[in-house]
Amino acid sequence: MSLPKVRVPYLLLFPGFAFLFTFFILPIINLAQTSTQTPIKGGDTGQYEQTFAFSNYITAFTENKEQFARSFVFATCSTLLALAIAYPLAYAIAFKAGKFKNILLVLVVAPFFTSFLLRTIAWKQILGEEGFVVPGLRSLHIISQQTTLTSTSFAVVAGMTYNFLPFMTLPLYASLERIDPRTIEAAGDLYANGITAFRRVTMPLSLPGVVAGTLLTFIPAAGDYVNAAILGSPTSKMVGNVIESRYFKIVDYPTAAALSFTLMATILVLVTLYVRKAGTEELV
Amino acid sequence: MSQKIKDATIPTIPFKARFSRWFGRNLLRIYMVFGFTYLFIPVAYTFAFSFNDSGKSNLIWKGFTLRNWQNPCGAPEVCSALGNSIKIGLLATTFATILGTMIAFAVGRYAFRGRSSSNILIFLPMATPEVVLGASLLSLFLVFKINPGFWPTVIAHVMFCISFVVVTVKARIASLDPRLEQAAMDLYANELETFRRVTLPLVAPGIAGAALLAFSLSFDDFIITNFNSGTLMTFPKFVYVSAARGIPAQANVIGSSMFFLALILVIAGQVVNRKKVR
Repeated sequence: MSLPKVRVPYLLLFPGFAFLFTFFILPIINLAQTSTQTPIKGGDTGQYEQTFAFSNYITAFTENKEQFARSFVFATCSTLLALAIAYPLAYAIAFKAGKFKNILLVLVVAPFFTSFLLRTIAWKQILGEEGFVVPGLRSLHIISQQTTLTSTSFAVVAGMTYNFLPFMTLPLYASLERIDPRTIEAAGDLYANGITAFRRVTMPLSLPGVVAGTLLTFIPAAGDYVNAAILGSPTSKMVGNVIESRYFKIVDYPTAAALSFTLMATILVLVTLYVRKAGTEELV
Repeated sequence: MSQKIKDATIPTIPFKARFSRWFGRNLLRIYMVFGFTYLFIPVAYTFAFSFNDSGKSNLIWKGFTLRNWQNPCGAPEVCSALGNSIKIGLLATTFATILGTMIAFAVGRYAFRGRSSSNILIFLPMATPEVVLGASLLSLFLVFKINPGFWPTVIAHVMFCISFVVVTVKARIASLDPRLEQAAMDLYANELETFRRVTLPLVAPGIAGAALLAFSLSFDDFIITNFNSGTLMTFPKFVYVSAARGIPAQANVIGSSMFFLALILVIAGQVVNRKKVR
């Protein structure tokens, strides 16, 4: 090639990074700017001026700390649940599926193609009063006559677990599939029983998948508001719901921006700590 | 392939271990059945209720009908929303795949100054919750007095799809055997020829997978779209908006068709791939 070789990677990066800079970095900077604005005195709703009111952050946080805490608790719960459900599934597909491996992998992703909103609403109806689950459990006296499954925190966590399951399963599968089965056999030859072999060989080797999967589940779950809106009740609102309503219903951009920024910063800090702890630097 | 080796080693393993291994094997099979049932319950529900003779609100089973499938555009706005989603999906996929693949080659193939900060820039959009991405982009559009609508939505989708394309294609590039390219060079292919005849065909399945991923992310996106689409209706938005007063069964028809279409597409792709390998 006639191009000097040093320039090639930069030329390849340029268009994509220019795009990301304009439509990702700039908006985030702009968001930071919006977050310290206050309403113009005597202005219309939705008109704000820059006053560097950092107190916006304190008000936004203290007014919504419940929703904030809920976001992280719900996201943690659904991430752990998804990990518990997805790990054996990914393990089974990677090691026990034989020639059906690829088909089963497609089946994991397949529900993804039915709109996730349709599936969430389907869950709402299955677990709702007219569905078959609640009357069934009631007649078996597993739950009391008054207990409902929808409009609860439980339903929100369950919905998120379900919706983000493919994001957990795929990276887990990818890392498990890469494991050479001979390493596990070697552990057996060295008199490790099944559990020890799993704990000392398979688990550590699949750790990158666990890290990637938990991140891909936790991040969207912490910012999600759709599951809470469809499956939850007013008492199970998450920070995403607050941001959405501040934006569209109340036109309170600074609070929405301050909340968004706090959410993003908290997630980034948690992610960095987690990745450090897990010791996997190569993420992307 | 490892079956023979395992069979040969079984007699030396004590009974207890053998039993637990047998149990482990079948436990996983049973677990798989449960897992997939769980995954498919809402899909089956959506499919079943696409045959519901429900009228406007598709909440309670009222009887079997084929009418919804014969007339999938029967409910107002369903098909225009679907059309918008497909258009946005195709445009966003095209741009995101091109830009993302270029980035993937840069970071996957070259050592250069700024490589690790590039990786951070690629990772950041994935580490940002969708609400924040959507809200911040809308703020930017508002500052520049750009009305939310079709193109802002396309831009938003390209933005959040790029990183996923980069990650997918990069993984494929990393798994390539460098000896194949060296062989091409040994056979007097120049760099461009090697890229066109060897590297690109080998990376192609990764690019195709990335495009499919980008399309499905874009097609199914609600949160970012909700912020940046203004009055434009997309399919997920249609479902969300009509959820309050009952979703028409036609939406179930479209959801189910998308599912089967994607399934056929992916399986066909697998078959083609397998033939090529042979």
